[in-house]
Amino acid sequence: MPVGLHAYLLVAAILFALGLVACMARRNAIGILIGIELIINAAIINFMAFWRFGGGVMDGEGGLVGPLFGVFLILLAACEAAVALAILLSLYFNFGTIEVDSIHQMQR
Amino acid sequence: MGNELINTAGQNWMGANLAFWLLTAVIVGSAAAAAFARHIVQAAYALFFTLLGVAGYYALLGSSFLAITQVVIYVGGILVLLMFGVLLTNRPLQAKETGELGRYVIAIVAGGLLLLGALVNIIFNTAWKVTAGPALPRPETEAIGRMLLSNYLLPLELAGMLLLLCLLGAAYLVRRQER
Repeated sequence: MPVGLHAYLLVAAILFALGLVACMARRNAIGILIGIELIINAAIINFMAFWRFGGGVMDGEGGLVGPLFGVFLILLAACEAAVALAILLSLYFNFGTIEVDSIHQMQR
Repeated sequence: MGNELINTAGQNWMGANLAFWLLTAVIVGSAAAAAFARHIVQAAYALFFTLLGVAGYYALLGSSFLAITQVVIYVGGILVLLMFGVLLTNRPLQAKETGELGRYVIAIVAGGLLLLGALVNIIFNTAWKVTAGPALPRPETEAIGRMLLSNYLLPLELAGMLLLLCLLGAAYLVRRQER
């Protein structure tokens, strides 16, 4: 039997849980960013799996919505990473660290 | 347009299954490393393998275009950006007295496991309407290009505008500040 929808959804759920744990447990802000990337990848896997196994209706012009959503999500992830790293660099200039535990106010 | 339609759910699924389980091992293992590695540089390296494995998933799911996009943008762009961030803001040679993970790791991992259990419960108890999946037009990139420039032109333009604004905003945020 070929691998079906459930296996992909299961791996995506594992990725999502790992990303969430990384977001909450990491001290370093870049670790939090890595967790967010894991979560976004889990979301795209879900989109692609549902497109491949659950869509089933569309051929031709409208038939590639899964990859299209994936492309737009990857693009959003790129934007998010760029802005987040700019914020982190700005934090580093101002506070000398990006450990989120030691940054608990908005100004020095 | 691609006239010859193929249904990727053919009978040659043994190799695809083997590839799926190998990719799953790589993804889950390296994602766990990315979440729990001692040093942030190791986590970024582990994320590299996770992203490559996910690109393999996209190829298995029938979109080689998205797989290539994942490799080019994620691995080639975002991950390099992350490494720049790590190396610019960290002092890798300095010994740290505290670990990379915070204090409540046990509680957080337990919460993550609870969430995972709930998700697995949902996944296996929902009656998904599974169909065989769409037959893919063979030259898939051409079809995506046509969609992007016809029906999806407005989202494409909005995405381009968003990218421009993000670049400007990022450059503004890290400008040299006069005090």
